[in-house]
Amino acid sequence: MKDVKVLGPGCKRCEATEAMVKKAASKLGIDVRVEKVTDYVEIAKFGIASTPGIVVDGKVVHAGGLPKEDAVERWLQA
Amino acid sequence: MSAETVAFRDDQPGRTPAWRWFAGLGLALGLWAVAYSQLVPLSERLVSLLPVERASHLGEALAFFFYDTPKVLMLLTLIVFAMGLVRSYFSPEKTRALLAGKREGAGNVMAAGLGILTPFCSCSAVPLFIGFVSAGIPLGVTFSFLIAAPMVNEVALGLLFGLVGWKVALTYLGFGLGIAIVAGWVIGRLKLEGWLQDWVKEIHAGSGVVVPDERPTFVDRIRLGIDAVKDIVGRVWIWIIAGIAAGALIHGYVPADLMVRIMGADAWWSVPAAVLIGIPMYTNAAGVIPIVEALLGKGAALGTTLAFMMSVIALSLPEMIILRKVLTLRLIAVFLGVVGTGILAVGYLFNMLFH
Repeated sequence: MKDVKVLGPGCKRCEATEAMVKKAASKLGIDVRVEKVTDYVEIAKFGIASTPGIVVDGKVVHAGGLPKEDAVERWLQA
Repeated sequence: MSAETVAFRDDQPGRTPAWRWFAGLGLALGLWAVAYSQLVPLSERLVSLLPVERASHLGEALAFFFYDTPKVLMLLTLIVFAMGLVRSYFSPEKTRALLAGKREGAGNVMAAGLGILTPFCSCSAVPLFIGFVSAGIPLGVTFSFLIAAPMVNEVALGLLFGLVGWKVALTYLGFGLGIAIVAGWVIGRLKLEGWLQDWVKEIHAGSGVVVPDERPTFVDRIRLGIDAVKDIVGRVWIWIIAGIAAGALIHGYVPADLMVRIMGADAWWSVPAAVLIGIPMYTNAAGVIPIVEALLGKGAALGTTLAFMMSVIALSLPEMIILRKVLTLRLIAVFLGVVGTGILAVGYLFNMLFH
């Protein structure tokens, strides 16, 4: 099971990013657990400077702005 | 040329081929230029169709509105698209890596410059602030970035350029950067690191994290530009129309001698008044510049008007509330004081220089 964290204080783009991850996971039939991290301290600990950020299995793969759809699929499959 | 080769190489089957993107972009730019050149006759036609006297107050106001609304929206679309494209080469993480280890002084200058080029949205202000400070970037340098990013942005510069002229736009750029650099430097000199909220001081994330480069193609960058247009123009158009309507009323109805008396260069108190009025007003550059244009047209002093504009954009209450999560009230007060003083100085200086 993939562990995905979406980092963001709760702006519109962060929510859209979370929805994208869930959609891509169900499309690919991959079992994921998506967790939304909204706490500034927790976000800061991942070392990113812009949100939304995406962490897959503990590794930061994206920071700042909406990710591309095919990129999300690639991260989930990796 | 190299950008195009990259785009063609990465082209995937089943997608719109890259050449269509380039052709479409060229066509759109051409149409834009033709439409833009026809704005004056079109707006005059529109006013002449209405049952109002062209030379009346209402006629003046309507002509201003019908000409400025499409003009501002078209300019904004072009500028936001171009900046979206340029900004795809920058990111807050790259900027942080560039600034980490820079000393004050040179660091402040770089931070202010990068503040213009780095994509930044105010909902990212807190993560960005923490990300910068915890990576060892001095507090004053971080502030230079945070002051420049909202104040000297593409929307402000582009609209000033289009509506008021290149001299004012360039001066605004110079003094906006100047305030960001000097205010950041002063805040750095004051050694206020102890005034951060306690939890911020305890985070030492370092700048170790490297987000893998997604290597966008040039077509991706065009798309990022279009996304920026949808996002920004979609958000600010209502402010622009409100701003132009206010500007149109000023243009049509406010007598010029009244404006010279209350906002002219001889009224010494008008600069601080403009700054104070600007703080609780929260609109972005897009909404305030049509008002600036109308005020200037009616004889308001340039320094007073620019001070008003900078205050509206750079000293906004909502942003203070966001930053309250990481800064203590004392630090926010210092921020307000230092930046406010800078804006006052610019206002008076301009009124003296361009009198």
